[in-house]
Parts: sequence; structure tokens; C-alpha cells
Amino acid sequence: MPDINPRASEHAEIREAVRAACAPFDSAYWQRIERESAYPDEFVRALTAAGWLAALIPEEFGGGGLSLTEASIILEEINRSGANSGACHAQMYIMGTLLRHGSPAQKARYLPAIASGACRLQSFAVTEPATGTDTTRTRTTAVRRGDRYVVNGQKVWISRVQHSDLMLLLARTTPLEQVTKRSHGLSVFLVDLPDAESRGLRVRPIENMVNHETNELFFDDFEVPVENLIGEEGLGFTYILDGMNAERILIAAECIGDGYWFTDRARRYAGERVVFDRPIGQNQGIQFPIAQAYAHVRAADLMRYEAARLFDDSQPCGAEANLAKLLAADASWQAANACLQTHGGFGFAVEYDIERKFRETRLYQVAPVSTNMILSYIGEHVLGMPRSF
Amino acid sequence: MKIAVCIKRVPEMDVTFKIAPTGKAVDETGLKWDMSDFDGYAVEAALQLTEKAGTGEVHVISLGPDVVQETLRKALSMGVAKAVQLKCDTVPFDAYAIGTALAAELKDGGYDLIMFGKMSIDGANGVTQFVVAELLGLPLVHACSKLEIADGKGSARREIEGGGELVSFALPAIVSIDEGIARPRYPSLKGIMAAKRKPLEVRPAQLGEVRLTIETMELPPPRAAGRIIGEGAAAVPELVALLQNEAKVL
Ligand SMILES: Cc1cc2nc3c(=O)[nH]c(=O)nc-3n(C[C@H](O)[C@H](O)[C@H](O)COP(=O)(O)OP(=O)(O)OC[C@H]3O[C@@H](n4cnc5c(N)ncnc54)[C@H](O)[C@@H]3O)c2cc1C
Repeated sequence: MPDINPRASEHAEIREAVRAACAPFDSAYWQRIERESAYPDEFVRALTAAGWLAALIPEEFGGGGLSLTEASIILEEINRSGANSGACHAQMYIMGTLLRHGSPAQKARYLPAIASGACRLQSFAVTEPATGTDTTRTRTTAVRRGDRYVVNGQKVWISRVQHSDLMLLLARTTPLEQVTKRSHGLSVFLVDLPDAESRGLRVRPIENMVNHETNELFFDDFEVPVENLIGEEGLGFTYILDGMNAERILIAAECIGDGYWFTDRARRYAGERVVFDRPIGQNQGIQFPIAQAYAHVRAADLMRYEAARLFDDSQPCGAEANLAKLLAADASWQAANACLQTHGGFGFAVEYDIERKFRETRLYQVAPVSTNMILSYIGEHVLGMPRSF
Repeated sequence: MKIAVCIKRVPEMDVTFKIAPTGKAVDETGLKWDMSDFDGYAVEAALQLTEKAGTGEVHVISLGPDVVQETLRKALSMGVAKAVQLKCDTVPFDAYAIGTALAAELKDGGYDLIMFGKMSIDGANGVTQFVVAELLGLPLVHACSKLEIADGKGSARREIEGGGELVSFALPAIVSIDEGIARPRYPSLKGIMAAKRKPLEVRPAQLGEVRLTIETMELPPPRAAGRIIGEGAAAVPELVALLQNEAKVL
């Protein structure tokens, strides 16, 4: 039977190579990693070694120099294979801030190492316990003293810290009361992680619903050298914003990969499982939810390609990137639900992988950006309705 | 060391094939294509030989219409240095015609070693390498499961019924590769990017005379429906009787 994704033959070279790279990491592998609450080290290493996570780094720095469309296909295929990009996607896109706003010296120093995987930059500390989504109220401060910034504060839900060599950190460098716009006075720093815990950074892992390494961070007079400031002091928030479109499109592609995985698994099982002397998929009560989820996955996929095309043409794509993320995350969640329901009790059995993927795809409704934030973007910036916060 | 590997683009086999309306070929609609499995082992083995020697290069050659460039590009992204398409509209069934074109290309290439998969997984004839060996007057080791080249000489292992056979041969030579020699690497992103800058030459195939054609193809007859005799131990005597008298397998 042909692939349910009619575009699976486009960019065939990349798709096939990524599939081949993911193939050794089968269901048994992911079940073991999950059981041990471990980080999928071998998997990430294999993708790194093959260069997939360096897709967006220009060739002059040793990366793949691919378009965003192609990069998104890599993540789509990872999720489509039954794996979860969450363990590794950040290595692909966090470096964007460094690439766009870093100094030539910073880029020359870090990008080739990030491209080879020798340096893992897959952590970005933005969220805080007290301020949540309201990033401009970031309370973590970085105060300049001579050739250092001294950081104090707390972050939460900061992923992959234990599997990174470098972390980006958003902190306030000018107090909120002293800036004309709330979004001013925030800065982005590169933080060296290997010995950070001996220098005033405490890392406390958070047990959570998915097997995802994420942490609470406590900064206590933690020093960052001035040369680790990215771009200009005070402009950090705009630096973060201009990486958002790429990130949303890439996340949308992961959701699309999940969406096809769930609908594919659901339709197969619906055709095989016989109850009341007929395949359950013969019942429209089973068939229609799968068909409906599939329709939504396909539609979201079109929006993802449109957003990626605009991005690659250097055209404004804020609306499309946000729409793609919203539609794709909803579609994958709908597909997950249909798939779980189709499998009945077996959907809850670990060996089917569905309950794991179900939990994993649920995350896209909340992180890296929650659905309401996207809706408010669309309401305000696309539809011109009043700003709500 | 200069190595040439002859590779074929074949359909992936895990599908139910249909016959085209002409009755002489497989219906190609919806088929997915890739490098023939044994050819993939051969490319991998060739790359490993040059990597181990620290010198030399691997070329690949494929005969067929422009779609074979996809297969050639895959080999380039695995690490092969150069690819050649011997262009023709359709790939003839006759290995003599194909072998003639390959031999013409290989003759003056200065290759120390010419490699093939032991057979293509679609045609499953496994004779092209014999034709080329004959036309070029080179020794051929068929179906190697291990291969080593040292001091201008080769040695290989062949799997035979119940054991193995070790052979040695002088270069230049032709070897065809069995499974088990090496699992083909999958292309990396670096490899795919590098492949875009590598040469892919296209030349008309100098096909030999086609003396063998497919007249008709047919699918295996559909299997007769099964019969349920009964359930549990009570059904065993009748089952045994039927296996003895009707199916005659006991
Ligand atoms: C597994 C995981 C990994 C993560 N990794 C990282 C990471 O690496 N780095 C990082 O910085 N962060 C990370 N996060 C944090 C994530 O980005 C935040 O959880 C998310 O942005 C929401 O923030 P919050 O949890 O504080 O929710 P809150 O801001 O408290 O919001 C709670 C709910 O209310 C909604 N809401 C809030 N305000 C409004 C409003 N005005 N109108 C309508 N609805 C509103 C939100 O959308 C949300 O649904 C991670 C989170 C998880 C769960």
C-alpha cells in the first residue's frame, strides 16, 4: 500500500536517509529508554554523526546548509519513524540566535563545533516559575561587573541541560522599571555548562509526564564572561522573537510526522482487528475519526509547506508559521486520540508505543509555545483585534 | 586502487506485483525503486577497501534511462567518487546486451577491481558479471562473502553448501558480492551535500545485440482456499488421513 503521505516521495533523498538513520532505533529501543527514563544517547549520536542536526548551519561553518523546508522534513521523518525529536531538535535550531546575532568571533568559535556535534547547544533557558508565558517579566537578572555579568534567579522547564555543553540564557540586564518598553532590557548569553554546577548554577531535574530531560535551574551569583553576551545588551527579546518562526515551522513538521504515524497505525489496526466477525475499521464509528484526523493532518501539512516556502524565500511568514504550528499540533493530537481509541485496551499497552507517542504529542499543545499564545498572536497580529495582554 | 561497481536500479520487492497490459513486463505504477541489495553490499565493500587502503577511489556505473541517476546519486552520497550512466531507453532483459555495454565502458578504465552484486534482486539472473568477465578476459570470483586485497592480489571467501571456500586471484579481476560482506552505510547529510558536487557522466550505452526477450509473464496461480476439518484432538485422525491420502505429504 502506498504511503498515506502523498508527499513522501518529495525530497526522497533526505527522507530515505533519515529513515535509514532512525531504523535501527526501533520500538524495543524506545521502550527500553522509556523504562530506564534514560536519554536516547545512541540515537542522538547517530543523527549527529550523519550531520542531520547540523542541517541549518551554513556549509562555511561545517553544516548542511539546508533550507528550512528540508530541515523540517528531517524532524518530520524522525517523528514519523516512531521516535521523538524532542531529544535532539534543539541542537538544530537553538544555534539560530548565535548564527543571526553572534559576533564573527563567537560564530567561528562555536558553530563548527556545534555542526560536528563536539559542542551540544541544545538548551535555552527562558521560562521562569513566577512569570510563565509572560517572558517580558523575566526576573532572572544579569548585572555587569567589570568583564563579567553576574546572574541571579530561577528558571524552570529547561530541557536537555544535562546533555548540553552550552546553554542560551535569557536574563534581564536593565530593570523593568527603567525601560520604556517591557520587551527592552533583556539579553541573551551563552553559558558554558560543563563546570557550571561548581560556579553557582544548581540543576534540579523535574520528573514529568514524558521521558524528557527537563530541569529547574537556580543561579546564585553565577558569572558569565562579557564576551558571552550575544549581540547587543538589551535586545535579547527581539533576538528570541526572530527565531520563533523557524522553530514553529519545525515543530509543526514534528507534529505532522506524528500525525501520519498515528493515522497509519490506526488504519492498519482497524483493518486487522476483527470483533463481531468484521474488521473494526468496517464500522464507521472507527473509520470516520481516523479519516477526519487524516484530513486535518493533510491540511496542516499544506500550511507547514506554505510557511516553510515563505521562510525560505525570506518573506514574512509569522501568520503562516503560527497557523502551521496550531493546525499541526491539533491534528497530531486528534490523530493520537483516534489511534488510541481504535486500539481499545491495546492502545494502553506499552508494547504498542501508542501511549508513549500519545503523551509525547500532547506536549506540543503546551511547549515550546502553548496554543493560547498562538491564538492570541493570530487574533492580534493577523486579524487586527485588540491586544489582550 | 581503482574500483568500479556496477549497480542496478530495482523495485523494492515487498509488494504484490502486477503485470503490465503488454503482458511482457511488470506494471511499474506505484513501485518504489532503490539500488539492488547485493549491489549495495558491493558498493559498501568497495568503499571499505579503499578506506582501509587509505588510497584509491570507487566509481559506479549504471545502465538505463535517466531515472538511474537517482541510484547513482545515492552511491555518490555514500562516498563513491564518480558515477557513470550508460544511457538507454529501457534496460534489456538480455545480460549479454548489458554486459557488452558495461565491458565497453570498463575496458579502458584502468580498474584494478570490478565489482557486481551476485545478482539483481528483480531479474535474479546473476549472469551479467560472467558476460563482462568473458568479454574482458578477466578472472571472476562469484558470490564472495569476504574479500581482501593486499599486495596487488585478492583473496575471497565463498559460501558453499555446508562450508566455505577460500580463493585467491590476481588483479585486475571481477568479483560479485554475496550478502554478509558488509551492511551498506546510509548516506549522511554531508554525503548528500558532497554528492551534488561530484561528477555524474552520461554516455550512450553501447548495447550488445539483444538475443533474449521476455515473451510473456504470468503470476503464480491463486492458492486454493483452505478447508477446516474440525477442532481439537477429534479432528486429528481425519487430518492425518487426508495428509496421507489426499495431499500425499506424509
Ligand atoms: C516538557 C517541557 C519542556 C520544556 N522545555 C523548555 C525549555 O527548554 N526552555 C524553556 O524556556 N521553557 C521550556 N518549557 C516551558 C514551556 O515553554 C512553558 O511551559 C510554556 O511556555 C507555558 O508556560 P507556563 O508553563 O508557565 O504556563 P503559564 O504561563 O502559567 O500558562 C498556563 C496556561 O494558561 C495559558 N495562558 C497564560 N496566559 C494567558 C492569557 N493571557 N490568555 C490565555 N491563556 C493564557 C497558557 O497558554 C497555558 O495554557 C518546557 C515545558 C515543558 C512542559
